[in-house]
Amino acid sequence: MSRANPPPDTFSQGAKPGASQSVTRQAVPLSVYDLTVAYHRKPVIWDVTFDFLQGTLVGIVGPNGAGKSTLLKAIMDLTPRASGRIAVFGGSYRQNRHRVGYVPQRESVDWDFPVDALDVVTMGLYGKIGWCLPVRKKHRRMALAAMERVGIADLASRQISQLSGGQQQRTFLARALVQDADLYLMDEPFAAVDAATERAIVEILWEMKRSGKTAVVIHHDLQTVPDYFDHVVLLNMRVVAHGPVGEVFTAENLHKTYGGRLTLLDEVTEAMRRREHSL
Amino acid sequence: MNVVNADERRQRALPPVRGPMRAERSGRGLWHCAAVVSIALGLWLASGDECGAEPVDTHRTITDRSVEWPTGKQWSRVLLLKDYNSRVVIVGTTLLGCAAGMVGSFTLLRRRALMGDALSHAALPGIALAFIVATVLGGDGKSLPILLGGATVSGLLGVGAILLIRNLTRLKEDAALGIVLSVFFGAGVALMGVIQQMETGHAAGLEAFIYGKTASMGAGDARLIGGAAFFCVAVCLLLMKELKLLCFDEEFAGSRGMPVLRLDMALMGLVVLVSIIGLQAVGLVLMVALLVIPAAAARFWTERMGRMVLIAAVLGAAGGMLGAATSALFSKLPSGAMIVLVCALFFVASMFAGSARGVLLRWWRRIRLNRGVDRQHLLRAMYEIPEFSAGEMPDATDSPAAVSVGDLLTMRSWSRRRLRREIRRAVRENLLRRCGDDRVGLTGAGFEQAARLTRQHRLWELYLITHAEIAPSRVDRDADAIEHVLEPEVVAELERLLEQGRGAAGLPASPHGLAGSTASPPAPAEAK
Repeated sequence: MSRANPPPDTFSQGAKPGASQSVTRQAVPLSVYDLTVAYHRKPVIWDVTFDFLQGTLVGIVGPNGAGKSTLLKAIMDLTPRASGRIAVFGGSYRQNRHRVGYVPQRESVDWDFPVDALDVVTMGLYGKIGWCLPVRKKHRRMALAAMERVGIADLASRQISQLSGGQQQRTFLARALVQDADLYLMDEPFAAVDAATERAIVEILWEMKRSGKTAVVIHHDLQTVPDYFDHVVLLNMRVVAHGPVGEVFTAENLHKTYGGRLTLLDEVTEAMRRREHSL
Repeated sequence: MNVVNADERRQRALPPVRGPMRAERSGRGLWHCAAVVSIALGLWLASGDECGAEPVDTHRTITDRSVEWPTGKQWSRVLLLKDYNSRVVIVGTTLLGCAAGMVGSFTLLRRRALMGDALSHAALPGIALAFIVATVLGGDGKSLPILLGGATVSGLLGVGAILLIRNLTRLKEDAALGIVLSVFFGAGVALMGVIQQMETGHAAGLEAFIYGKTASMGAGDARLIGGAAFFCVAVCLLLMKELKLLCFDEEFAGSRGMPVLRLDMALMGLVVLVSIIGLQAVGLVLMVALLVIPAAAARFWTERMGRMVLIAAVLGAAGGMLGAATSALFSKLPSGAMIVLVCALFFVASMFAGSARGVLLRWWRRIRLNRGVDRQHLLRAMYEIPEFSAGEMPDATDSPAAVSVGDLLTMRSWSRRRLRREIRRAVRENLLRRCGDDRVGLTGAGFEQAARLTRQHRLWELYLITHAEIAPSRVDRDADAIEHVLEPEVVAELERLLEQGRGAAGLPASPHGLAGSTASPPAPAEAK
C-alpha cells in the first residue's frame, strides 16, 4: 500500500483557517488554530495548532490525561473552548457538521440500554431524518448497509449488551459510517477490541483514505502507529510534534510526550525500523 | 480470514434473533394500538355531563385511617363506572399513570429517577404559600390551578437549588438532592402549621397533596390532570427518537447538533408536569413511585426502548386506574398508597415473570444450559469410550458397546448423582438404554446424536488448532463451551475448511488423548 504523505510544509504553524487556502474544492478538512480548553480554570490543552490535508489518516497519541478526548470534543463544540479557532472544511463545525462522523469512546455509554444494534446505527441518521419524524425502512436499509461494511449485519437485532466489545465498537463505527461523512473523528476505536475487529477497523480506515476521506483517530498502541497512520499528533496538553509519521514519530519526540514513563520506546523504534524496511 | 472469536461463539447460545424488520413492524402495531386506546380514553373523558358529583367529605383528617367495607352499591358504582365523578377521576389517574410511566422510562434510563422525587417534595412549600397568598388576597385558596401553580414554582426552585449546589460545590448530586428534598419538605410542613393557625383558611384539603386523595378531586380537576397527562404522552411519542438518543448517548447527540441542553430541559419539564399533576392523586411523598416503578417493571419485559415505554405506560395506567378504584371503594385510604401498592404488585410480578430479563427466565435458562452441557458430555463419553477401547467405532446398525457408569464417571467432573440423573433423562428420551447392572448403551437415535456431537466437537478442536493459533492444551475446555452454541451453517463452513486439508470425509479423530479415561487408549489417530 502506498502512502501518499503530503509534504510537511502543509503543517505550517501559523496557518489561519481558511485564510491561507481559499481553494474551496479542496478545503482543509480540519484546521485547529491556537486552541486552549480549560476545565475549572485549569487548562487541559493549550496552544494546539495543526491542520490536515484531505485523505490522510491521522493518529493522536499521548499519555493518559493528555487531553486527547478533550481535543476531539472541543473540535465538535461539545466542550467550550477558552480560546482558539477551529475550521471544519473551511467553515464552522456547526455549518459542516453533516460532513463529520464521530465515534465516541465505547465506555462512554451504558451498553445495558434497551436498544438493539440496528437502533444504535440508525441513530447516526437522526439528524438526516429530522425532528419528530419516525425512522423509515429506507433508513434502516442504510443502517444495515453500514453494518454490512463493518461485518456485523447479522447482529442487527441483537440487544447491545449481548454484543462483544469488538462488536460494540463496530456498531459505533457503523453509526458514524452511515452518515457518509468526509471527516471522521474517532476516540480510541482500537481500545480493548479483538484482533478481527482491529483488522476490520483498519480496513475501513484504508478504504476511507482511498475514497479521499480523512480520519482523526485517538490511538493508544504506539507500536501500530507507523502501520496505521500517515500523520501523527503527539499530544501532552500541548502539541509536542505533529506531521508525517516518518518525520515526527521519533524516540526523541516520544520521550518529550511521555516523559520517563515510556518503557515501550525500544519496541516503537523497532516498529519504525520495520516500517522503513517494508517501504 | 474471518476469525470467529470467543464472544461471537458465546452469543450463538442465545435464542435465535428475529429479523429486525419484523420486530419493527410489530413494534409499530403496538404504537397504533396505543394511539387508538389513548384517543378513546380522551374522548370518554370528555363525554358525559357533569351530574351526580359526590359530595366531598372534607372533615376528615390525615390521620383518619378507619376502613369501612364498601356496600354492594358502592362496589357496583365504582366497578361499572356508573358514577360520573368517579369515572372522571379514574380516567384522570389512568392517564396520569400512563404519562408517568412514559416520562419515567426516559428519566430512569437517564439516571434521573430521583429528580421527580426531589421535585414533588419541593412542591409542598409552594402549595402552602399559594394557599396562604390566595386566601389572604381573598381568593379561593383551594382552587387547583392556583395550588399547582405554587407547586410548580417551588418545585422548579427545588430543582434549581439542586443544580446550583451541584455546580457551585463539589457535592455530588445525591447529596444535593437529599438536602433540598428534606429542607423544602420541612419548610412545607412548617407552612402547613402556619395555615392551621390562620383563622380564614380551612386547610383540610391540603393534606391530600401529601398522601394523595382522589376523593377531594372534582371533575374539573380530573380534566386538568387528564389533559396535562395527555400532553405529556403526546410529547413523549413525538420526541421518542430524540429522547432515546439523549438518554443513550448524550455526547453523540451533541455532536450531531442536537440541542442537548434544551432537550434535557424538555424532559425535566415533562417530569415537572407529571409530578405536579400527580400531587393531588398520588401525593408528593409517593409520586416518585409512579415515575420509577412502572418503568423499572417494564424493563423486565423487553429489550427495546419503544416497547419499554409502551409497557411502562400500560402498567402505570393500570396502576393509576386500579389504585383510584380501590381508593374510591375504601374512601379513607389515601389513593397514593393504593396506586403505589398496585404498581408494586406489577413490579414484583414483572421481576419474576418478565419475559426479557425476569428472574425465573434467567433461572430456567441456566438450568437448561447446564442440562444441555451434561447431555452432550454424556453422549460424547458414550461415543468416545468404546471408540478408544476398540480403536474403531462399530456401525450404528451393530449393537453399540455398553459402557459402565464407573467409566463415565471418570470422564468428567460430574458427581455420581448428577450423572445418574442425566442417564435417567437420556433413557427416558430413548437415547440410552440400560444393559444389565450399571451399564448403559446408546440406542440408534442416541448413537446418531452422539456421533454428530463428537464430530462437531472435533471439528471445532481442529478448527481452533489449525486456524486460530489457540494452544492445543486449552482447546478441550474451550470447545466444550462452544459446541453447545454451534449453528449448522457454521459446522458446514468448518467441514468445508477441514475437508480441504483432509480429503476424505468422515469423522475426524480427536486431536488429543482421551482425557481422564481409565481405559487404556490406543495411539490417537493422526490429527492432520
